[in-house]
Amino acid sequence: MLSRIAESLYWIGRYVERAEDTARILDVHLHRMLADPWADEETACRSLLAVMGVPPPEQPVSAARVVGLLGLDESSHSSVVGALAAARENARGARETISADMWEGLNATWHGLPDARRRVEQQGVHAFFRWVRERCALLAGLADATMSRDEGWLFLVLGRSVERVDMTARLLSTHVRAGGSIPSWLTLLRSCGAWETFLRTYRGSLDDRYAAEFLLLDRLFPRSVFAALSAAEACLTDLEPTGGPGGQPGRVGVATEAQRIVGRARTNLEFRGAEELLADFPSVLASLERTCSQVNEAVSRRYFRQTSAVLWVPEAVA
Amino acid sequence: MADLFEDYRLGPGWDEMFGEPGMPRETYEALHATLQPLSSVELGIRAEVLARAFLDQGITFALKGIERPFPLDIVPRIIAADQWRVVEAGVAQRVRTLEAFLADIYGAGQVLADGVVPRRIVVTSAHFHREVAGVNPHNGVRIHVAGVDLVRDEQGTFRVLEDNVRVPSGVSYVMENRRAMAHVLPEVFAATRIQPVESYPGQLLRALRAAAPVGVSEPTVVVLTPGVHNSAYFEHALLAREMGVELVEGRDLVCVGNEVAMRTTAGEQRVDVIYRRIDDDFLDPVHFRADSVIGVAGLLNAARAGRVTIANAVGNGVADDKLLYTYVPELIRYYLDEEPILPNVETYRLEEPDVLDHVLDRLDQLVLKPVDGSGGAGIVIGSQASDEELSLLAEKVRHDPRGWIAQREVALSMVPTLVGNRLRARHVDLRPFAVNDGERVTVLPGGLTRVALPEGALVVNSSQGGGSKDTWVLAEAPVAAITVGGPVETPPAVYLAPDEPAGAGASTGTSVPAPRSPDPGPDSGPVAVQQQQQQQSARIDGAVSC
Repeated sequence: MLSRIAESLYWIGRYVERAEDTARILDVHLHRMLADPWADEETACRSLLAVMGVPPPEQPVSAARVVGLLGLDESSHSSVVGALAAARENARGARETISADMWEGLNATWHGLPDARRRVEQQGVHAFFRWVRERCALLAGLADATMSRDEGWLFLVLGRSVERVDMTARLLSTHVRAGGSIPSWLTLLRSCGAWETFLRTYRGSLDDRYAAEFLLLDRLFPRSVFAALSAAEACLTDLEPTGGPGGQPGRVGVATEAQRIVGRARTNLEFRGAEELLADFPSVLASLERTCSQVNEAVSRRYFRQTSAVLWVPEAVA
Repeated sequence: MADLFEDYRLGPGWDEMFGEPGMPRETYEALHATLQPLSSVELGIRAEVLARAFLDQGITFALKGIERPFPLDIVPRIIAADQWRVVEAGVAQRVRTLEAFLADIYGAGQVLADGVVPRRIVVTSAHFHREVAGVNPHNGVRIHVAGVDLVRDEQGTFRVLEDNVRVPSGVSYVMENRRAMAHVLPEVFAATRIQPVESYPGQLLRALRAAAPVGVSEPTVVVLTPGVHNSAYFEHALLAREMGVELVEGRDLVCVGNEVAMRTTAGEQRVDVIYRRIDDDFLDPVHFRADSVIGVAGLLNAARAGRVTIANAVGNGVADDKLLYTYVPELIRYYLDEEPILPNVETYRLEEPDVLDHVLDRLDQLVLKPVDGSGGAGIVIGSQASDEELSLLAEKVRHDPRGWIAQREVALSMVPTLVGNRLRARHVDLRPFAVNDGERVTVLPGGLTRVALPEGALVVNSSQGGGSKDTWVLAEAPVAAITVGGPVETPPAVYLAPDEPAGAGASTGTSVPAPRSPDPGPDSGPVAVQQQQQQQSARIDGAVSC
């Protein structure tokens, strides 16, 4: 598969996941701010922006401004609208590789974006975020149902998984930064669509420790950090050829830098245990975010190479 | 209830549907009968569904970087089987002739020695490239794909307007138009037997594989595109997808030691045949424009060494130079010893002083075209130009007679077209597509019909609101109903017992967050974007004229 196409697929995976997760996080936080009479809007908004990696503006920040920055800002690849546009732009360049269904789903979503602002104004932010979640679910479903499980699929899922680790870690950071009060664990679980599953798993006992454990370590819930790391690890393993001479798995360790980074992060969670992790929560989360950017670099170096256009100057041609 | 065709008025030019008001020609009877009972509202709704489907599927062309759907008019254009046989034979004849001509001028140059075409005309063509003299394709094919622009004149005769043997665009719309029409107007299809068009990608792939370098039995074929910012990007992606080959950009390819390879996740993989959709000038910075960032350095040397085939061949532009066009009828007689099947539009060569004077006197009645322009660029229709424009034109033409041709203004034929919610007569042209695999020239039945939407407009140009029509070539004789696996029977209805469940199994401290990865994914720089857009920017929307 062309390196450029692989890179596009990886980024489609990341951007669609980013759009969905950002929509989830915003939806729940805004709702929470409205519902909590004691919440300080300014502080909560600034904290949210910081966690999402958006430099906080100098002017006072309102919930509406947060929606503008994280939801509707077309120029930012971190906003919902910006991420969906970027996903579609990548898909346009990989159009002969992704399925027609998937392309059409992404393209139709992109055509729906100009209405986003109007939708927010007329029906409220929740309607918009819901629409985004539905579109993202549709895209994931179409990819799942129509893409061959080849290299392209592996890059797409790898991108999605890396982004998911990053987003779930950021989500958990929102809790830590607010000193453990706002937003509550209930809010966080809702952001991930994990509330009901959590209740069933822990038989209704809402305990901070369990909630953190669930979002960080649950093996079965697909949005937990552990599950997403495992998914990324599986993709990286499958991307390396195993058959034939030279393609044999090595006798020591793993084949690639990316596998090493993800594997280390996964075992770190797996074998340290919940108690220890929670005692050291902020640095655990910070290290997860570092892991994501390191994986990103390692994957780019190994598979995508530098494919930017070569500039020829007349002198060099002589 | 008003009849859909009630206030349809025949325009100037041959009406393809009606011989006289209210009397459809035989070819169009079935279509007319199916459309007539529809109300304009119904037709409008279907047209909207059609437009929406195109938008969602991204069937667009980009103009100045903005993607727009290429409007598909809901009324198809129909060509009878016997008319089509003439077109087909005429197009194939021109392709064979131009192949012979290209082989000749990049080889022995006999045609020049024999004085059939003045040497001056060939060597002064902007698209004549000495660099490829002596490069002989393995199977002799230089024109793997041709698009020949035709118009029907006032008598309904098909005439050749121009040949496109560099990188003709538009075939993707032929395939997509057919698919979309079948979805939106199934009843119209049911009434007519139409020759299918979906064989094109298969034919193209066969021709490309046949052109592989000597000794390559399982060639790797790729489509080379300028990139996503190119107006015809949709087409490039569609062809690659339907042929099942990679769509590459220049930056995906690398040329080392006359071998071309593409960069893949598993290392470099050799490429044997490149169906390029990049203009000659941008193809190889070593030989042509050194500032090209969308080409591949060293490509031409690899082709010269016979290690890779470039399709269409470099240097083909000399054969579709508009001044050369005036010589094609003579070339047909010279190379094939046949009479031209399709006539040219009457054209003046301005290099002869008395012809130039004659034309300059009548600029307001003629159409002037720059010889190496593509798309509609630079065309002046005398009857629609102001005095000021005409005097400016006269000056340009006097200064550079080699750079222009003059043609009679032909009133192009017209087909009913949905405008607003009424049917109106609008001018159309036709671009059939031919593929040469070295053994045979195959012409795809139909081709791209472009329609000028503004009333009276003769330039069929999508930047001016032009669109296209699905183009039907009727099947020769009534085709026997196609049955797959024997006669189809209505399946017996299944009744569930009242107490049977429907379907089985139905019962049941604060950390500092890292900055967001700013990487937008692979992207091309601004120079590349500009060059991508520059490539054949106006080709599909082209230019028909008159």
